Amino acid sequence: MREDRKSGRWLTAALLAPTSLWFLVMLIFPLIVILVFSFGERAAVGGYAGGFTLEQYANLPSRLKAFQNTLVIAPAGTLLSLLVAYPLAYFLALRVGRQYKLILLVLVIVPFWTSLLVRTYAWIFILGGRGIPALLEFIGIEGVRLINTPGAVLIGIVYGYLPLMVFPIFVSLEKLDKTLLEASSDLGGSPFKTFIQVTLPLSMPGIATGCMLVFILLMGEFLIPAFLGGGKVFFIGNALVDLFLQSRNWPFGAAVSVTLVVIMLITVSLYMRMTLRSKTGRDESLM
Amino acid sequence: MANSTSNSNEIDIEFRSVTKRFEDVVAVDNVSLKVERGAFFSFLGPSGCGKTTSLRLIAGFDQPSEGDVYIGGKSVVGIPSHKRPVNMVFQQYALFPHMDVADNIGYGLRQRDPKPARQEILKRVDQTLEMVRLSGYGKRRVWELSGGQQQRVALARALINHPTCLLLDEPLAALDRKLRREMQIELQTLQREVGITFILVTHDQEEALSMSDRICIMREGQIIQSGSPRELYDEPINRYVADFVGKTNFIDGDVVDAIGPLVSIKSESGQVFSGSQPPGAPPIANGNKACVAVRPEMITITNIGETSNATNITINGQVVNRIFLGEHTEYLVATEGCGEVMVLSPKSIESANRSFEPGDHVSVSWGPEAALIIGDT
Repeated sequence: MREDRKSGRWLTAALLAPTSLWFLVMLIFPLIVILVFSFGERAAVGGYAGGFTLEQYANLPSRLKAFQNTLVIAPAGTLLSLLVAYPLAYFLALRVGRQYKLILLVLVIVPFWTSLLVRTYAWIFILGGRGIPALLEFIGIEGVRLINTPGAVLIGIVYGYLPLMVFPIFVSLEKLDKTLLEASSDLGGSPFKTFIQVTLPLSMPGIATGCMLVFILLMGEFLIPAFLGGGKVFFIGNALVDLFLQSRNWPFGAAVSVTLVVIMLITVSLYMRMTLRSKTGRDESLM
Repeated sequence: MANSTSNSNEIDIEFRSVTKRFEDVVAVDNVSLKVERGAFFSFLGPSGCGKTTSLRLIAGFDQPSEGDVYIGGKSVVGIPSHKRPVNMVFQQYALFPHMDVADNIGYGLRQRDPKPARQEILKRVDQTLEMVRLSGYGKRRVWELSGGQQQRVALARALINHPTCLLLDEPLAALDRKLRREMQIELQTLQREVGITFILVTHDQEEALSMSDRICIMREGQIIQSGSPRELYDEPINRYVADFVGKTNFIDGDVVDAIGPLVSIKSESGQVFSGSQPPGAPPIANGNKACVAVRPEMITITNIGETSNATNITINGQVVNRIFLGEHTEYLVATEGCGEVMVLSPKSIESANRSFEPGDHVSVSWGPEAALIIGDT
């Protein structure tokens, strides 16, 4: 008996070892490196030159605009994705016949088969001078500028992240016991009241998961703002690319990174707390 | 019976030539029926016979393809379920998992326009909890409750709205046997207390027989027979009903005398059996296929040649199996030419010298008044 338990423990350890090693080498170690770098100084030729100083953190306000943009546009983009994705997921889960469901779901993922880079290039054209503004001009509305505005970045975000929002919500709506909707109707709930009181609260786990996925990824986004924001609407991600690759100011880049990680930890844990507290239904995990 | 009150003739639910099709499947086929106010009415039949669809037509989850459904004298065709004065207890209860017991029960009241005051809702919820013997369970989560308790919450959630009619869709199917028996009694008591019409859908004939005032037996979307449990048991109009309601022995044959007060058929073995035709059964003519149906408790089992009454019909055979059931003993007798016959012998006449073992040669007999001659359809 004891032997069994002992070998069981060994097996558990052995099975967990690859993951633990991966986390250690790929996550914990780089984080420590970044943390150490952030207190260092830039070498004359770029890179890291050691030392201990808080100078990099004192310099953070110079990237205030990037933090502001990220902290406004990432939540806004998450919310906008939710508003677009929910009706779509609702339609797919509750209104579409079984025979069309799969094909429509596949259509939601199809854009993912091409690189986001290529698809974002396409949006540069669509939103650029010869795209939608040209069309608007054709019908008499002139002077519309879309590209290189926060609006363009938001459009790009909703486009790029929609499936990440649609799928978790779709799954939670698909799992929803449809007789609950009949029960609500039977008890006098109009379709609207049924949606507010039954459908929406029971799809909260999906909403929470979708928002978390999109928000976390958006906080580190750099491609969409770089292409559709044209240097005017830049995220922390863009600042990091710039600091590490262009000006090679590693310590300052590290300080920005650490700040970003701290902000994410705080917002995500606050968010988890909130959703856990208002958690509805059975023990449905958030992720 | 609850419908023996003054308003006994008032009709609560009525179907007039109702047909419901799902694409090319006819789920309910030209059904007309009336349910009296305060009755305990059951739809009985195997799965796919249209009983649940009938219930859903009353609830308003489905609309009839043809015909009219009336609730309290008014046609409700086209009226959605949330505007109908009926409530349903679902098979798997369909309790809202994100609400506690009290919020589940108060759900119907909160949908009212105008919404009753909070205090009023709380008071009514407490009263209803008490009615279903769940006082103090208001703050529990619904999934913490046992099956029987969930069942009662579902009942309370429907009854708090004072529906004109309560619809029950196989409400006891998910419970174990003992609990089911308890809930059957509880449901009956509750129905008498609240005095509203109960419409039950079940495939369990015992459940329907023990609880209902009236039963409607369905097959393939049509009503085969409706009547009181006693009528259905004593006078089934065809083999389907006789087979569905209680246990019955059937012996097939051809009609040889359809004229007299008693109808006679000749079985394959050449023996002639007589019996009456149940009232309301379709007429049969000489040469038709028919069968004689005899309930196992109407048959007497004796030693060969001991049959007392000369008018009795007697078949000889050999006991194949004996099952002791407490107050009854069930014998299975392999007869000469008439297949296996089941006999239910009450304990009162079972004694040492009248008990039979498998292998014993016996006579089984019944009086002609115990036999029914019925057609296959």
